[in-house]
Amino acid sequence: MKKVLLLFVLTVTLFACKDVDEIINPNYNMTFNFTQNWDGEEITNPDYQTTVYTNANGEEMTISKLNYLISDITFTDKDGDVTVIEGYNIMNARDGVNTQYTPSRKISEGEYTLSFTFGFDDEDNIDDAYTELNSPPWGWGVPDELGGGYHFMRLEGMFADNTGTQTPYLYHAIRAAIVMGENPETEDTSFKVDLGAVTITQDTSIEIKMNVAEWFKNPHQWNLNELSSNLMMNAEAQRMISANGKSVFSLGTVE
Amino acid sequence: MFFRKTYIIFYVACCCFLITSCAKDEKDNLEDEGYEPTPLSLDIPSIFEERISPPVIPQDNPQTEEGVALGKKLFFDPILSGDNTLACAGCHKPAEGFSDARQFSPGIDGIEGSRNSMPLFNLAWNYQENFFWDGRSSSLENQALQPVIDPIEMHNTWPNAVSSLQATSDYPELFSKAFGTETIDSTLVSKAIAQFIRTLISSNSRFDQFLRGEIELTESERNGLQVFEDENRGDCFHCHGDPNNPLWTDNDFHNNGLDEIFDDLGRGAVTGDPREFGLFKTPSLRNLAYTAPYMHDGRFETLDEVIDHYSEGLVYSETIDPLMKAVGEGGVQLSEKDKADLKAFLLSLSDESFINNQDFQKP
Ligand code: HEC
Ligand code: HEC
Repeated sequence: MKKVLLLFVLTVTLFACKDVDEIINPNYNMTFNFTQNWDGEEITNPDYQTTVYTNANGEEMTISKLNYLISDITFTDKDGDVTVIEGYNIMNARDGVNTQYTPSRKISEGEYTLSFTFGFDDEDNIDDAYTELNSPPWGWGVPDELGGGYHFMRLEGMFADNTGTQTPYLYHAIRAAIVMGENPETEDTSFKVDLGAVTITQDTSIEIKMNVAEWFKNPHQWNLNELSSNLMMNAEAQRMISANGKSVFSLGTVE
Repeated sequence: MFFRKTYIIFYVACCCFLITSCAKDEKDNLEDEGYEPTPLSLDIPSIFEERISPPVIPQDNPQTEEGVALGKKLFFDPILSGDNTLACAGCHKPAEGFSDARQFSPGIDGIEGSRNSMPLFNLAWNYQENFFWDGRSSSLENQALQPVIDPIEMHNTWPNAVSSLQATSDYPELFSKAFGTETIDSTLVSKAIAQFIRTLISSNSRFDQFLRGEIELTESERNGLQVFEDENRGDCFHCHGDPNNPLWTDNDFHNNGLDEIFDDLGRGAVTGDPREFGLFKTPSLRNLAYTAPYMHDGRFETLDEVIDHYSEGLVYSETIDPLMKAVGEGGVQLSEKDKADLKAFLLSLSDESFINNQDFQKP
């Protein structure tokens, strides 16, 4: 009897070490690699602050900072059943911080369409809810007066304005604040990005590309001379950012 | 019967083995001499606990009562300096927010450096562990090794500092209590000092009391916070944090538009990257009431001068941070009222109970 009990304890102890999921489900690990390019030309660390890009409006600009957040990566199968990787990934593209995202949630074999949310949708964009995002170095919070919550992206740099002067731009994406002040009203300007089909038969690495030029291209040809800063307090600018963002991301190599 | 027993013992042993192998984080006891200093958990303020990530405490230097007490004694003791005249506290004075009211603090030979002393508080929450204005030091332990041998600060050698400590009547025993050995070395000195510095926590300013729902802010302080957060006015929060980040810094490096030409390359001198020339670590805005003068070189004596800098004193240089967006007009052009309110808000982040905390005074 004692022996049986001990065997039982032994077995429990053994299994407590293991992720039970792993034993029961033949699931695969996903690695998401976030890369950035300017119309196909890869943007790497040495390009920041130095490489001059020309945007759709003809303005010459450099990039100093490109930090962004995505959430709820979703795999949808043919029957419309979804597997959501709940949670977010915040990254610093310049320094390569978190540009590789390996969530613990695993995905079963199958054919899917892949999507994610750029930023946080209203359900997840809860003021003060994420200690990591409140903490240095991210500077990710949005003031209460603007409806609180978090930034979706901080794209910052310099451009030559129409007098040729080097001028800062701060292309910050947040949830639009339609009414500011003590009782702010907001509008969800996060958006869903559809990346198309992926087939999972093994542990898989998925590249998610951002074409930074697209933020300035369509449907709104961005005019930095008119819209370079204070965009967080400009609901119309947030709607335009949200609209332009829809063509920014695409699926890269899947292997 | 005999076999039964061996089996049982075998199974028990197996279980124990498995249980221990599960507990990966268990620290291996360095020297198992039976003596263990008394663990001391950091007193994490509720507003930090709720809002930000936990503090950084290295695995190999846990906080202990004896370690902190020793670190405190060392911090205030001039014995570490070459001529026994200058303690850490000589340039990091409790009443001055553990910084120095002098623009540059002379070392034991009367030579001044070119940077203003830095205040010391909430440093366990510096997640990137970049210490000094330029972030050249990568941990508090590593940092504590440097002033002792810096020729313009305490100008000593470590062998000399260690033998002075070893020759005293009390230090060997205090090291033994803190670390289980009477043999002093620079690593143990730095560990003890780092433990003490981690206890220097400031979280009881008027603004903290407001966050905890204990008091109301004045109208001026409230408006000042709005100026601080308003993109069209101060827009300070992108670097210095907001009420959800009670550290009031991003601990990152920026050029905030002080100079056209740099005498001091700051972060760039450490990394060698020209894109980082003239960048310095964002200081916390806590305890400004006690930490004048301001900026890495202590160029501004008053907060009014600091505010005027952001309002109309910005100058362009190639590495200027884009957040200094109004550099073309010299700054964000605050009204006199907004300036006064911004100042009132900044001062609401000062914590009198921190500078007067008896635990942090000279023993
Ligand atoms: C002669 C004056 C002087 C003495 C003595 C001195 N310091 Fe400092 N301390 C400074 C200055 C100046 C800086 C900023 C230096 C820099 O950035 O290059 C500094 C920076 C620091 C920092 C970095 C804080 C941060 O936020 O990055 C710490 C920690 C520190 N000192 C601890 C100590 C300790 C511990 C001792 C004693 C072993 C000590 N200091 C002795 C002047 C001094
Ligand atoms: C781009 C990031 C950034 C922004 C935005 C910013 N600061 Fe700073 N601040 C810094 C940095 C970096 C320093 C230190 C610079 C140095 O010493 O060279 C600093 C220094 C200070 C200091 C001096 C603190 C000390 O202990 O020496 C004060 C006060 C201050 N800032 C207040 C403000 C206020 C008020 C605003 C808004 C009007 C603001 N800052 C906006 C980055 C920023």
